[in-house]
Amino acid sequence: MTIRSLLSRKGRSLLTMLGIVIGVAGVIIIISLGAGAQSLVLGQVNKLGSNLLSIQPGKSDPKGPPAQVYGVVVTTLVESDAEALRSSSQVPHAVGVNGLVRGVGTVVWQNKSTETNFIGTDFGYAQVVNFSMMSGEFISETANSGGAKVAVLGSKVADALFAGTGVDPIGQVIKVRSASQKDAGGIPLRIVGVVAPRGSAFFQDQDDQIFVPLTIAEGQLLGIHYLQMISIKVDSSENVDQTISDVTSVLKTRHRILSDDDIDFTVRNQAAAADILKTITSALSLFLTSMAAISLVVGGVGILNIMLATVAERTREIGLRKAVGATNGMVMRQFLLEAGTLTFIGGAFGIIIGIVLSYLMAVLMRYLGFDWDFVISISSVLVAVGVSILTGVIFGLYPSFKASKLNPIDALRYE
Amino acid sequence: MPIIKIENLKKDYESEGVITNVLRGVDFSMEQGEFVAIMGPSGSGKSTLMHILSFLDKPTSGLYEFEGQDTKDFDKDYLAQLRNERIGFVFQSFNLLARTTVLDNVKLPLIYSNKKDHDNLAKKALADVGLSHRLDFFTNQISGGEKQRVAIARALVCDPAVIFADEPTGNLDSKSGNAVLEILQKLNDRGHTIILVTHEMDTANHAKRIIYIRDGLLVGDEKVLKRTLATSDGELRK
Repeated sequence: MTIRSLLSRKGRSLLTMLGIVIGVAGVIIIISLGAGAQSLVLGQVNKLGSNLLSIQPGKSDPKGPPAQVYGVVVTTLVESDAEALRSSSQVPHAVGVNGLVRGVGTVVWQNKSTETNFIGTDFGYAQVVNFSMMSGEFISETANSGGAKVAVLGSKVADALFAGTGVDPIGQVIKVRSASQKDAGGIPLRIVGVVAPRGSAFFQDQDDQIFVPLTIAEGQLLGIHYLQMISIKVDSSENVDQTISDVTSVLKTRHRILSDDDIDFTVRNQAAAADILKTITSALSLFLTSMAAISLVVGGVGILNIMLATVAERTREIGLRKAVGATNGMVMRQFLLEAGTLTFIGGAFGIIIGIVLSYLMAVLMRYLGFDWDFVISISSVLVAVGVSILTGVIFGLYPSFKASKLNPIDALRYE
Repeated sequence: MPIIKIENLKKDYESEGVITNVLRGVDFSMEQGEFVAIMGPSGSGKSTLMHILSFLDKPTSGLYEFEGQDTKDFDKDYLAQLRNERIGFVFQSFNLLARTTVLDNVKLPLIYSNKKDHDNLAKKALADVGLSHRLDFFTNQISGGEKQRVAIARALVCDPAVIFADEPTGNLDSKSGNAVLEILQKLNDRGHTIILVTHEMDTANHAKRIIYIRDGLLVGDEKVLKRTLATSDGELRK
């Protein structure tokens, strides 16, 4: 009976449903995009490895940007600090420690050259960061301490120089110069390995870079004698806080710092950074979801409006139904059921449209090169359906009540 | 035992502080199987009397016994149940549901009853009014006379004790009106109690008894001596 009554006013029923369809589809799309964005961001963070600490020179708020962002150059973090942090008696939970500098430079092989980032690092990089070698090996401990003239290429750099030449990069000699050494011939370095493609992490291409021994990068490319960062991998997440305090006390002793106000380094926890990003994306998607929920409420007001018009239009019908035996409760139930059915069907269409559009968005994102997951949570679907039916019932309640209270004689006389 | 008995029945309406005495003390009773016409000019109170008798309205004071029971303390839901099970309505303006088939219109009261086999009951009622060939027609596809016959089938379908017909021929040409009155007479012949409200003497003469209402009072109650018998071809049987 309900369906038949709705079908007899197809155009109106469809338009009424539209508000709910848009609202529900909006909620699902936004929740899905939010979850996709969150997984993208967290994926970027976690790709470098979990349980990572980074120590940067200069004091800054661990939750804010590092001191370098403000143009401050702090030279107090040095290679011997990294060495000290490798001591298992002082920092027992560190499974890898890596001192690092980075810069922009040009790599030349025969008549080909490419602009890329270079990372000066010691052998600890392999212990701290997740990656695998496509061929050859990474910079070894002896190569590093001996200042060997070697380099490891990221996969894109290897492609830029060697693709199509048929030459195995391993054993070839490249010349590297930093951006400030424009006219120099470059430092000749022998390629000992190529890193397998890694994608991007922290929105930075991890394949468009080369690795050189720390001493070469510091002394011959950048002309500096300090580290830009020390990374530490902690054995498990429970020991992260302990390790932060171990690292802090080692560095305070080495830098002869007595008061916390004078600390000249910052220890950052990557998990904390991930948490912050997660909080931000959650807050954003909550915000957007509530915007979509508002459109559901607007859809509900549409239901209210149409149901009121319907009750007025069907006054004689209500009178007749009462005359032939419908009680107030039966009339109320009929109109509530009509409102609920409208919103339920609208909700169902909204879910289908929402899922399809979310999927298309995910396909588009992947096409654009993002590592995007298509996520539809059951809970978001349930919430959307629940809210849409509830909207129908709540906004259908008043018109239904109004209909049920009509006096049959007045209703039958209504013109 | 009379099927309907009223004593000193009064109904007042209040509108913007002005009280109108529509019924001013009516006494009347009727037995099962009667065919009574309530006659009176417009504004006489005959429609109000019919609404009270058919449980669409309640009297301000006075006694109303239906099938031997005082109706004073019946609650709204029980009144709805009585309208469904014991009362059938035929209105002047048909009051059929638009965009709905003939069969579904007749099934409407059954939705609110606990009777089973709605299809067969509705088809039987439609056969009684000679509309078995119109089951799947929509109500906008049939003539006025057929519409009123659908309404009679709808009034019949729950097998009521009393059928109320409020100016059932008022919107019909004389031929269709005759057909409707013929059906009402046949139903009465088969034992249904019928109350016909009209302001036309010609129509009232189809009943067996006429009650005259004027200014809220019963001013006459007589047997129809020369009863008009309607025939479907419009000819009168005397």
